Amino acid sequence: MSKFKRKGKGGTPAISTASLPDIVFMLLFFFMVTTTMREVDLKVKNTKPNATEIQKLERKSLVSYIYVGAPKDRLATQFGTEPRIQLNDAFAKLTDISQWVETEREARNEAERPLLTISIKADKKVKMGLISDLKQELRKAQALKINYSATPGEIFGGKKK
Amino acid sequence: MARREAPEINAGSMADIAFLLLIFFLVTTTMDVDKGISRKLPPIIEDFVEPPPPIKQKNLFTVLVNSNDDILVSYGRSGAGAENREERYVQPTEIRDLAKVFISNFGKDPSSSDSPQKAIISLQNDRGTSYEMFIAIQNELTAAFTELREEEAMKKHGKKLGELSAKEADEIKDMYPQKISEAEPVNLGG
Repeated sequence: MSKFKRKGKGGTPAISTASLPDIVFMLLFFFMVTTTMREVDLKVKNTKPNATEIQKLERKSLVSYIYVGAPKDRLATQFGTEPRIQLNDAFAKLTDISQWVETEREARNEAERPLLTISIKADKKVKMGLISDLKQELRKAQALKINYSATPGEIFGGKKK
Repeated sequence: MARREAPEINAGSMADIAFLLLIFFLVTTTMDVDKGISRKLPPIIEDFVEPPPPIKQKNLFTVLVNSNDDILVSYGRSGAGAENREERYVQPTEIRDLAKVFISNFGKDPSSSDSPQKAIISLQNDRGTSYEMFIAIQNELTAAFTELREEEAMKKHGKKLGELSAKEADEIKDMYPQKISEAEPVNLGG
């Protein structure tokens, strides 16, 4: 008989899962901090075009967004399928833009007002007529810094040369 | 009286709760990275302001896009008139190289641009042009400038543009200023 008796049955002991919640919480906090809740309720279809030569927008606090696109399917009965402009939470007319730019400017610090950038988030199916009108309105409102929002990716469906 | 011991709460389901929260945040939030092509619009020309001086035809590279997303590129010729300009229908993928050749001509070909400083690219679109095509062309034109700047950085400093100091990078950017004009919309038809 062996002198030392084996305790228990051998095999691997169960791994303690007590720290699992901690790990998950860590992940949770990471996501909570890095992601931003979309502050506006999108009312238009918005598939941005692809582009490769894109720059990141610095200083998010200095960026205001204009969404352009056809109304979403659930709103199509009410608003039709023609592309429209969305400012903040509602559809807007072209004539509302200068007023809106003014409001956006007022909301910024006086020193930062010239740095205000308008990001145009337009659906790729939108025709340029509407975008041109929009640009013309922005020029009238003296909001000249703009950014055509795009998703990184190959244009022309990845076909190149 | 017997003191009752408070039973220990089982913390095993804590992970489940945390997972539930985690999945909720994963679904509801969007990693909204704001990226895009930055442009500056020209200010509206007032009536009392003197109109800008005319641009020599040879320094102008015009990209016209009609409502079918067909592209017509016109450039070159030293004369002042528009009648003897080179005009071609092109594929969107060709624009980049055409623009690069045009910008970096440095007066070699008398019918093309004098210098990158004088070269102006004008993009005209129809009201019916799709936004996707517009962005694609903007992208190609920007790429032409970026590639020229990268090549210059390689030639001058043997480094990539991103590795240069701010001063050196500015020098190269000034050498190839990004002059892309978005003309006021016209009805090109088609």
